[in-house]
Amino acid sequence: MTRTLVTGNGAAAWGARLAEADYVPAFPITPQTEIIEQIGAWIDEGAMAARMVTLESEHSMITAAGAAAATGVRVFTATSSQGLLHGMEMVYGVSGWRAPFVLVNVSRGLAAPITLEPDHNDVFAARDSGFLQLHCATCQEVVDAVLIGYRLAEDERVRLPVIVNLDGFYLSFTREPVELPAADAVRSFLPPFDPAGLGIRASQPTSQAVAVLGGTPYSYFRYQAHLAQLQALDVHAEVTAEFEQRFGRAYPALEAYRTEDAEIVFFMTGSFATKAKDAVDRLRAAGERVGLVRPRLLRPFPAARLRAVLAGVRGVAVVDQNLSLGKGGVLHAELASVLYGVPDAPAVLVSFIGGLGGRDIGAEEFYEMAAVTRRAADEGRTPEPRLLYTARELREVRKLQGIARAEHDELANEGEEARR
Amino acid sequence: MKTASRILGTAFFEAGFEVQDAPRFGAERRGAPMFAYVRADRAPIHERGVIRDPDLVVVADDTLVPVAAAGVLVGVGERTVLLLHSAEGPELWRERLAVAGPVLTLPPAGEALDFVGAASAGAAARFVGVIPREGLERAIREELAEMPLALVERNVEQGLASFDAMAPHAGIVCEGRAADAADRTPPDWVELPFEAARVSAPAIHAGATSVEVRTGLWRTMRPVIDYEHCNRCSWVCSTLCPDSAIRVEADRTPRIDLEHCKGCMICAAVCPPHAIGAIPEREAAAQERGEAAPEGASR
Repeated sequence: MTRTLVTGNGAAAWGARLAEADYVPAFPITPQTEIIEQIGAWIDEGAMAARMVTLESEHSMITAAGAAAATGVRVFTATSSQGLLHGMEMVYGVSGWRAPFVLVNVSRGLAAPITLEPDHNDVFAARDSGFLQLHCATCQEVVDAVLIGYRLAEDERVRLPVIVNLDGFYLSFTREPVELPAADAVRSFLPPFDPAGLGIRASQPTSQAVAVLGGTPYSYFRYQAHLAQLQALDVHAEVTAEFEQRFGRAYPALEAYRTEDAEIVFFMTGSFATKAKDAVDRLRAAGERVGLVRPRLLRPFPAARLRAVLAGVRGVAVVDQNLSLGKGGVLHAELASVLYGVPDAPAVLVSFIGGLGGRDIGAEEFYEMAAVTRRAADEGRTPEPRLLYTARELREVRKLQGIARAEHDELANEGEEARR
Repeated sequence: MKTASRILGTAFFEAGFEVQDAPRFGAERRGAPMFAYVRADRAPIHERGVIRDPDLVVVADDTLVPVAAAGVLVGVGERTVLLLHSAEGPELWRERLAVAGPVLTLPPAGEALDFVGAASAGAAARFVGVIPREGLERAIREELAEMPLALVERNVEQGLASFDAMAPHAGIVCEGRAADAADRTPPDWVELPFEAARVSAPAIHAGATSVEVRTGLWRTMRPVIDYEHCNRCSWVCSTLCPDSAIRVEADRTPRIDLEHCKGCMICAAVCPPHAIGAIPEREAAAQERGEAAPEGASR
């Protein structure tokens, strides 16, 4: 195993290569495009024996991925943001087929207004689809999660597609040291896809497009996929234990960082969580008992583990890099739903919305979130949700609005004169 | 500068450091201003994103300094070392920018624009004082491995030349120390007030606003049409220009809109009779002002 500098996109491509994915349906979208460019280059130079097909949209791409996986082929694909949304009908479709494959999503905020930089509304739009979701915080985790993802997807107890999520820019274009597992070691961890019960022969056709009416069979099929998700909690524990044994890197469903005696805990997903780790270290150095809890596995949601890790914690600062319009942070609601009524659960869950559209979160903001949460715990009163937004940022928007107003008035005047 | 960041990142990594390097592009394509950053530490790096308080800022194109959107001086503090590729000297820049930290210059990239990445990385490697000359050379060779060998050699030459030229400033950039949690001032968060949609919807009240963005300012190379050889095909350069910055007149003569041409040189590459040449923007601008070509200019 060698350590080398690799971007998040490069790590995702390495995941596909090491997994020996056989079929790669593709469609370009920033900030994901480098993944398929890299895989395409490897196929061209003979380093990867896969077939890549460029489709005309993400809807077709995800259909092709599901269809190929349903024939027993190991499939890799990748998208981002608008692309994931464009394919959303089939995101639900292929998980309903119980087609096992890995889709890497490079998170990017959703339009409108359009942006390129990351938040998690794209991947959370697929939250209820049936795809398992592995959320990464480092480039190392990306390559490892793709390999783990195939083991989960292809496990007979699960057989569902998996999304591996990484943040655009903060991981996708960022190089950091990554230990690339050796190909033969990966082959023993992840042998060729054994599609027991899957597959197709021309003389024995199978159709995945089942129509059901009346609700009874529908409920059965949907709930079975849900039960498979819940099974995946145990399978994930097994698979990651084996991964740790072989490669020395541990990936519990929940990363609990310095939580042993923590009074205040940050709760968040994605690459900003490593920034939170720095904040935890410095707050600890200043004598504060602070920790970080980060779910790697977002679907299935590791509810029992969360209850255990957060038992006795006084307050949780939930940092949502997403926004459910008209409700608030998605993680906040998710966490509250598994803690409500549980003895020893934290008294306050304070909701912070930050990092929308790639907006950075500064160290001083982590310190302040910890301070606000501590005060809330002391007072036993949960404050209103807080958008991380500074006076300076508001001034910037006011400036833009000033320009817009001037433009608007100018146009209106011109129009009036023309009509005269 | 992406190349510069990768060379520097690789050189640090090889010297035993933990590294993070990344380019940052906007939505614009070729020719748009961009930047890249490198973090290096003895311990694993948990910080992410754009560096808020850089120890060193390297500017490849000094014409970007006054472009607000390029944000060249964002985060420059009293201990930040500023290095510019510029024809003007460090004293002038120090006075002009009123920065407290050291200001240094390297000759402008000019004709050597293709090597500005290696030259920048070479200087930076010397400034940090922990990267050996051979390490820099290996990093340049590794990062440019896919280039033709002759180009790699020129890059190595340029990188090592600026490494050597900056010898008097070895170690000028030293390790920063992250502030303690107790030392930081709290953020000045505000409540975002409700505003009706007629104010808060993301609308632009004007047409053709992209015309207002003078992307021609980003140009470092200027395409010049030799009308004697232009065969008035009427479509190749104008159609393939990614910025629609070439219009064709009624008599089939192409005209380049220099306010918006970013200097990507696609037109020069595709012109069938090879009638579009390229000259460095600095030279072209000097000629326009009626000045003699700057020293070292190619023609």
